[in-house]
Amino acid sequence: MTHVYVSTVIPASAGQVWQVVRNFNGLPDWTPFVAESRIESHQQPDQVGCIRNFVLRDGGRIREQLLALSDYDLTCTYSILESPMGVENYIAKLSLTPVTDGNATFAEWTADFDCPPERAAELVNQIGNNVFQAAFNALKKRFGR
Amino acid sequence: MVRIRESTVIDAPIEDVWRILRDFNSHESWHPAIAQSHIEDGMAGHAVGAVRNFRLADGGRLREQLLRLDDVAHELTYCILEAPLPLHDYVSTICLKPVTDGDRTFWSWESQFAPPPHRAVELADLVANGIYRAGFEAIRQAFASQPRRVMRPGEGSARSARPLVSPAPAEPLPAPALSRPVATGPSDQIGAIVVDRHGGPEVLALRRTSLPPPGPDEVRIRHTAIGVNFIDVYCRTGYFDLLPIPGTPGMEAAGVIEATGSNVSGWRKGQRVAYACPPVGAYAQARNMSPELLVRLPDDISDEAAAAGLLKGVTASFLTQEVATVRPGDIVLIHAAAGGVGQMLVQWARHLGATVIATASTDAKAAIASRLGADRVIVYSREDFAAAVMHATAGHGADIIFDAVGADTFDASLTALAVCGHLVSFGQASGPIGMREIGGLASKSVTLSRPNYGHYTDTGKKLGRQVERFFELLRRGVLTISPPTIYALSQAAQAHRDLESRRTTGSIILDPSRD
Repeated sequence: MTHVYVSTVIPASAGQVWQVVRNFNGLPDWTPFVAESRIESHQQPDQVGCIRNFVLRDGGRIREQLLALSDYDLTCTYSILESPMGVENYIAKLSLTPVTDGNATFAEWTADFDCPPERAAELVNQIGNNVFQAAFNALKKRFGR
Repeated sequence: MVRIRESTVIDAPIEDVWRILRDFNSHESWHPAIAQSHIEDGMAGHAVGAVRNFRLADGGRLREQLLRLDDVAHELTYCILEAPLPLHDYVSTICLKPVTDGDRTFWSWESQFAPPPHRAVELADLVANGIYRAGFEAIRQAFASQPRRVMRPGEGSARSARPLVSPAPAEPLPAPALSRPVATGPSDQIGAIVVDRHGGPEVLALRRTSLPPPGPDEVRIRHTAIGVNFIDVYCRTGYFDLLPIPGTPGMEAAGVIEATGSNVSGWRKGQRVAYACPPVGAYAQARNMSPELLVRLPDDISDEAAAAGLLKGVTASFLTQEVATVRPGDIVLIHAAAGGVGQMLVQWARHLGATVIATASTDAKAAIASRLGADRVIVYSREDFAAAVMHATAGHGADIIFDAVGADTFDASLTALAVCGHLVSFGQASGPIGMREIGGLASKSVTLSRPNYGHYTDTGKKLGRQVERFFELLRRGVLTISPPTIYALSQAAQAHRDLESRRTTGSIILDPSRD
């Protein structure tokens, strides 16, 4: 199992950040790398079990399933069903925690997955930097001072 | 239970922050509130079970025990063993997490504890600001004034958490020391209502549980009769934060002292006593508690009368003479006059010379209020009580209104009030009152009170004054307590159902000898 962990501090309240990221169909709105997204089978994006089907700006198509969504803990867990990345048993979790001594949010994004050992370093970099960190950077810019 | 959750971001790598915090005795060197600290019995500062014994800058002494230290998760948990403040059941956790894009540290400091309700706000503020935020600031300053990564030499196995790490095997942790056992004597098995979660009447279940011997400052009371009050419902549902979970509800009972702690003086085995005060724990065959707010029962006051009437009588005493002052000739409106406190208020206000207007939901309950001496009774389910009050008083209105009904009556009570009248809102049996615009109160120069039982009864002196008045009026026959409805202790859930459905009149008591 390969593990990725990325975290950051976003200059906005956890409620404000959560409003943006809780929309499971909202990747085109807040990440720089997703071109378009839809939810399959006419389900709602906050329906646990729903599947988002999205196209990356580089043309790749990914299907991900929402496994858990908590408006109480501000967490969202999902798995990859299909992707061009070559990962298996991929489960990721995005969590927000308020920083109480300032108007800020501590955001964490983790992923665990299986892959051929020789590809682990490349995938950790790809997912950690080009996906999670890139999305966090977009959020920091969105709420930037 | 009060929960505190504070967090911050420190501009230093997690391993540097953790190296400081994981030493349980290090607070002496960084926290501004700590004057001096040592670890007892020569244990190491990172030994699980270690007790730190420290003095605050203001002189107070505390003992805290390390319960958990986790170098993988960067978490430590500790509890208070002794403190000069009532931070009961205090358990706190410090957790660090890396901010990977900048090599900083997210630090959360959380706790829960069960303070006496009237000190909850003050103590929550003290913990959140005086301890946690002050600690954040001190560590922040320490790192700001020193070059990065040059704190004290590491003494343990703090492991670096780098960005994008793949798992590495955890290094072996120091062997945990055994925590020191707490001295206890033999425990007794008793029946008690134990609530595992807040909720409906069904959470009130009778259990066999063990009761330790009384602490040095406590007495053991064997209950003979237990009072059931609406405040118990608020505790059960969690509306009032007075019932720690799991815990035993109930704040009123009568019984006999069965044992006394080594520091207790003035109380002895065999004395008849009663109480009506927090902490909760009355729904049990026996309990231990501080004797500070115990009332000695005179021979002419029965256990049943005390359990059924003490809380209500004490409430009626301070409501009529301290929150409001009922004077001869006042027009006093009493809602839910057939209820427990309502019956007391009707009799007490009459005794003080007031003209009493009562409300009740049914004719049967109205008859009770009349029998107790109410001059006029309004069945509010049938009649607009505000209009009826105005009519009965030739447009004057009520000088004082005692309202524990809450949501259903609050606005109409203001309508029924006289100019310069006083609305005493002391409960919400029909639901929370919600938000109100206070500007309109000027139209009648309204006085609004929202009294808290604890503030009128939290010392022996204050309580004694109320109890004396109450027992005196009971003896003279001015106050009569109608025979209470009696349930077995195991039927506490049914007692709550009946109380909440407004099926009952007068008092309810639980009889622990029936189980």
